[in-house]
Amino acid sequence: MPTPVLESGIFDPAEILPADERRVLQARRLAETVRRARAVPFYRDALGRAGVSSDTIRSVDDVRRLPFTTKDDLRGHYPLGLLAVPRAELARIHGSSGTTGKPTFVAYTRGDLDTWSGLVARFLVAGGLRPDHLVHVAFGYGLFTGGFGLHYGIERVGAAVVPAAGGNTPRQVMLIRDLGAEVLICTPSYALHIAEVARAEGFRPGDLPLRLGHFGGEPWTEEMRVRIERELGIHAFNNYGLSEVIGPGVSGECPHRTGMHVQEDHFLVECVDPDTLAHVPDGEVGELVFTTLTKQAMPVLRYRTRDLAALDRSPCPCGRTGVRMSRVVGRSDDMLIIRGVNVFPSQIEEALLRVEGTAPHYLIEVSRPGSLDEAVVKVEMRPADFRDEMRQLQELHDRIDREIHAVTGVRMTVELVAPNTLERSAGKAQRVLDHRKR
Amino acid sequence: MKIRQLSLFLENRPGQLRFPCKVLGEAGIDILTMSLADTAQFGILRLVVKDWQRAKEVLEAAGVVVNVTEVLAVDVPDRPGGLASVLEAFEKAGVGVEYMYAWGERERGRHATLLFRLEDPDRAAKLLQAAGVKLVASDELFARASA
Repeated sequence: MPTPVLESGIFDPAEILPADERRVLQARRLAETVRRARAVPFYRDALGRAGVSSDTIRSVDDVRRLPFTTKDDLRGHYPLGLLAVPRAELARIHGSSGTTGKPTFVAYTRGDLDTWSGLVARFLVAGGLRPDHLVHVAFGYGLFTGGFGLHYGIERVGAAVVPAAGGNTPRQVMLIRDLGAEVLICTPSYALHIAEVARAEGFRPGDLPLRLGHFGGEPWTEEMRVRIERELGIHAFNNYGLSEVIGPGVSGECPHRTGMHVQEDHFLVECVDPDTLAHVPDGEVGELVFTTLTKQAMPVLRYRTRDLAALDRSPCPCGRTGVRMSRVVGRSDDMLIIRGVNVFPSQIEEALLRVEGTAPHYLIEVSRPGSLDEAVVKVEMRPADFRDEMRQLQELHDRIDREIHAVTGVRMTVELVAPNTLERSAGKAQRVLDHRKR
Repeated sequence: MKIRQLSLFLENRPGQLRFPCKVLGEAGIDILTMSLADTAQFGILRLVVKDWQRAKEVLEAAGVVVNVTEVLAVDVPDRPGGLASVLEAFEKAGVGVEYMYAWGERERGRHATLLFRLEDPDRAAKLLQAAGVKLVASDELFARASA
């Protein structure tokens, strides 16, 4: 049963808080965050070096005095070295791919999970979700924050969930049709794949009961949005998040689709030049940096996302008062997103090193021949590894294949190539060729 | 008794077979016989030349991955059932065949020559000779080729 709040499309009054009130709230929460972060040895040291304590935080602008946090810092404190609460207070752990074989873990208290569900509910409602809807979730349920994050957000709104998870697309189409889901949640490329499979099974655009889609987990384009909307006969909304900050729910679109509204009462966002770390003016593309304002288990100070986007503070007709971020237009590191999974070239390197006898000369080629990503890893043979046996070559090939899958969680096509055939620009090997359209 | 064979790693894409042949041709090296094994992803080109050391050098200088292996040349009676009888001797001697291919020439009605890659070439050579199989030494093989 829709509540008045839901009819306005605003789930939480905090979304329309006047800017000056929000700044006061943010400053108070930032000081609390700094105080909480001091429970973490890593942050205590970093804050000490920066000469910052919770008493010295007087306004949100003081965030600039805080130290940055990087993915390397998280990896350096594997598995849970950045906890700000006792382990007993944890309620859940999620993870994302690390830059090598081990994932990066993030932890949540009961309160964090509650906050998170509320944030997911905000963008879902902004994008049309209502309590009477049935929502098909085709995100993976597991360490990845997508599945569970969206699941509890949908429940918070009061809508019903079909936790279909990933894989077996014909079955997904069947579930959507037979159960009558009005809302689809997955990565944008998987939405297109579902559309293709539906078409192959004889459905025309609009035949499925779907009316809305909330897509995230990978960057996409306006062209993709147009295609998804046409193929599935839905309105498609973009949302953004990353596990290090909380997961999905950091920002999301409203029906005006003027960018993604950042949930500023919970996250401070900055946009910086990735080289100089100086702030870039609004409207210019830079690297997004987030500071959590309410996270308990694992607060992060000025987390460098490596995601490139621009900020927009102009008013939005929807009435939300927070800053908006553009689509993510690129990365300031070499991370790839392949079928929704974060992959770093260093993971491929690690997989190759695990296979005794392969030199780390390789090239990852990513393309999107249909709607799904395909990755080919070309690996140069080392002369010393070549013997006169087909079996040995096949075995080498299969071992590389298995290790890459084990390290990245993604199936890639492995091709053994002759030595010195992969291009090296200025002596430095090129590791990635991404043929996908941005 | 053993013949040196060069095995070349090939990617499975156009031009990969031509390239080493061209390199050998430009060096004036004649390919006496060859065999190609392939999968969807890659192939192995096996070939026999007279001067295998020089062939290996020019190929490697051209960036080709080369491996040297030893094969045995066996004269097989040129009549129906001739190969079967030789293979029977292999079987009795307990010699396993990894692969085989034909030498370019044969003396019609007398014998054809086949190259065999066997599990343990030294041991196999002894066993096969003891079993009366006619092995051909490289000198003789190359002399036949230039005759």
